[in-house]
Amino acid sequence: MNTLTQVKHKFQDVLRRDRTFNHTLQGMHSIQGNELDISHKTVLYLEDVSVSFDGFQALNKLSLYIDDGELRCIIGPNGAGKTTMMDVITGKTRPDAGTVYFGQTMDLTQMAEHDIATAGIGRKFQKPTIFPEHSVWENLELAMKTDKGVWHTLFTVLTSEQKDRIEEVMLTIGLQALCYVKAELLSHGQKQWLEIGMLLMQDPRVLLVDEPVAGMTHQEMDRTAELLTSLAGKHSVVVVEHDMDFVRSIANQVTVLHEGSVLAEGTMDEVQNNQKVIEVYLGE
Amino acid sequence: MIINRFFPQFMHKDTGGKWLLSLLALVTIIVIIFNFLIPLLLPEMSALHMPTYMVTLLGKYLCLALLAIALDLVWGYCGILSLGHAAFFALGGYAMGMYLMRQIGDRGVYGNPELPDFMVFLNWQELPWYWIGFDSFAFTALMILLVPGLLAYVFGWMTFRSRVTGVYLSIMTQAMTYALMLAFFRNEMGLGGNNGLTDFKDILGFSLQSDGTRIIIFSLSALALALGYITSRFIVESKLGKTVVAIRDAELRTRFIGYKVEDYKLWIFVFSAMLAGVAGALYVPQVGIINPGEFSPINSIELAIWVAIGGRGTLFGAVIGALLVNYAKTYFTGALPEFWLFALGTLFIVSTLYLPKGIVGLFERIKNKNSDQNKQAENKLEEKTA
Ligand SMILES: Nc1ncnc2c1ncn2[C@@H]1O[C@H](COP(=O)(O)OP(=O)(O)OP(=O)(O)O)[C@@H](O)[C@H]1O
Ligand SMILES: [Mg+2]
Repeated sequence: MNTLTQVKHKFQDVLRRDRTFNHTLQGMHSIQGNELDISHKTVLYLEDVSVSFDGFQALNKLSLYIDDGELRCIIGPNGAGKTTMMDVITGKTRPDAGTVYFGQTMDLTQMAEHDIATAGIGRKFQKPTIFPEHSVWENLELAMKTDKGVWHTLFTVLTSEQKDRIEEVMLTIGLQALCYVKAELLSHGQKQWLEIGMLLMQDPRVLLVDEPVAGMTHQEMDRTAELLTSLAGKHSVVVVEHDMDFVRSIANQVTVLHEGSVLAEGTMDEVQNNQKVIEVYLGE
Repeated sequence: MIINRFFPQFMHKDTGGKWLLSLLALVTIIVIIFNFLIPLLLPEMSALHMPTYMVTLLGKYLCLALLAIALDLVWGYCGILSLGHAAFFALGGYAMGMYLMRQIGDRGVYGNPELPDFMVFLNWQELPWYWIGFDSFAFTALMILLVPGLLAYVFGWMTFRSRVTGVYLSIMTQAMTYALMLAFFRNEMGLGGNNGLTDFKDILGFSLQSDGTRIIIFSLSALALALGYITSRFIVESKLGKTVVAIRDAELRTRFIGYKVEDYKLWIFVFSAMLAGVAGALYVPQVGIINPGEFSPINSIELAIWVAIGGRGTLFGAVIGALLVNYAKTYFTGALPEFWLFALGTLFIVSTLYLPKGIVGLFERIKNKNSDQNKQAENKLEEKTA
């Protein structure tokens, strides 16, 4: 009996994704043995990050530090580089210069997108991106934090805890009545909520939320504000938003970006009274 | 439903698939009874059977249907339009062909026990190394899976890792199958040049010409199609299947929730290539020849048309498409050979313009209309009773 299980384990071991597709790992950082180290309270470091697209400087020596459990709002005029900053953090865009660290040890510029996501950085896109052909439930199921290797995904079945977790998130985002509805049929605001729900399913350490309330009614906005503030503390939340009322309702710390670098940082009131900020952004 | 008892859990919602497999089982049983058992046990009643050439023709269609399923997996579900899938089919076919060549032994025209006829003709002295092992059926069976699988793995690994998608990927798959065709045309490849491999005698000791063997190969094709269908259904119903569809619809999103998209594409591509290889291997003993023409780019394009006409992303749509188009092809090439390509082109244009979801989509539309009418009727009923 014992040998049988041993053989079974050997077999499973051989068939594991990273064994089967071993060389496809391409020397990307593996997360194992590289746990998130936040002993210095800062969870995200961006230092002198520059990105240029065909000579256009989208980010210009941007430096930004996000503390563990903090809720940070980032504002700035169109084209200031807010989305590009998120692209750099999540590995979609590689910076030309500068360093990006997750905790003390993880160099995000060297990690693949999926590794960054698994390491604990979740992201909501500016344009709501969900899986249109899948139901709300399936969207959440796919996002769930679990082993995302090919072989595991082929044979996995939802455990009752996982089902409870999906139910719970569905309740939080208020879509339980639409559980089996195809996601493409949702309204714009509901899609935004679904995407936030998918973020929650990932249970990330850092949430990057790009314009979460675009297309939402005032009531929906209030609920989003409530949700995001309740998440802070356990997670770090970085919110990019244009809607000033919304920003004021949630933020204690605000960073203003302008032409790819930080223009001002402080509380909402400080920022609003900053002369430079008034000139480029709020005064217009 | 009683019928569900005969199918695994993951197929219960797949009405089309259940119909298809039931029909397939029925046809196979009928063929076995009338063409195999009755002639064997009651020779005086053997006039009842279907002509064997028709059984073989049907067997060929079933292999092509399996190939269509393979393409539907990567195209319909994962959004990778491979226009080189006939190459995997042909490779499986060549592997089987090599085994069948070895089975000829010294019964060739030149009577050489060591070398196939075409090698004797080319004055070759010994068997090339890559022919070694094809005397064994088990080894051949392994190669039928491994050779297409390996090619798909190498090709997929290079392209998916560099994130080649869309039209570029389709063009590369066309180039792949074209390059293989040119290579296989060369006599130096040692695979029969432009004549390919043919004049097969028997398989596992049974004569390929005998009716019994043909019926068995037909039944095996039906079995392969059924198993291929069930396995593919299992895959697309699993979480992996959902992930693959997610990749098709929003690749970036999938990446950013932590899936390694390349791995998924590679996995489904390799699986699909192996399925195509099996289809090719069963096809070759039924047509009796495999030559480089099977690699020609137009074959892969035709294959994509079957799937498009049947309906993408449903699996049984691919089967319907393959069966219908190939039946039409057999008919046309017999009756009006010049018109076949025009007919195919017209069919394709009509289906893309008016049936974006293929024949299956048409059925669904009719069904939905009916259920809408039902709903309206129900509503009226409620109003009246209220
Ligand atoms: N892939 C790209 N190629 C070329 N230019 C780009 C690319 N991505 C962004 N840019 C440019 O970089 C600049 C910064 O873009 P970014 O999307 O980061 O701005 P943003 O602050 O998010 O603006 P918004 O408030 O409109 O969302 C813009 O001028 C944009 O045109
Ligand atoms: Mg933006």
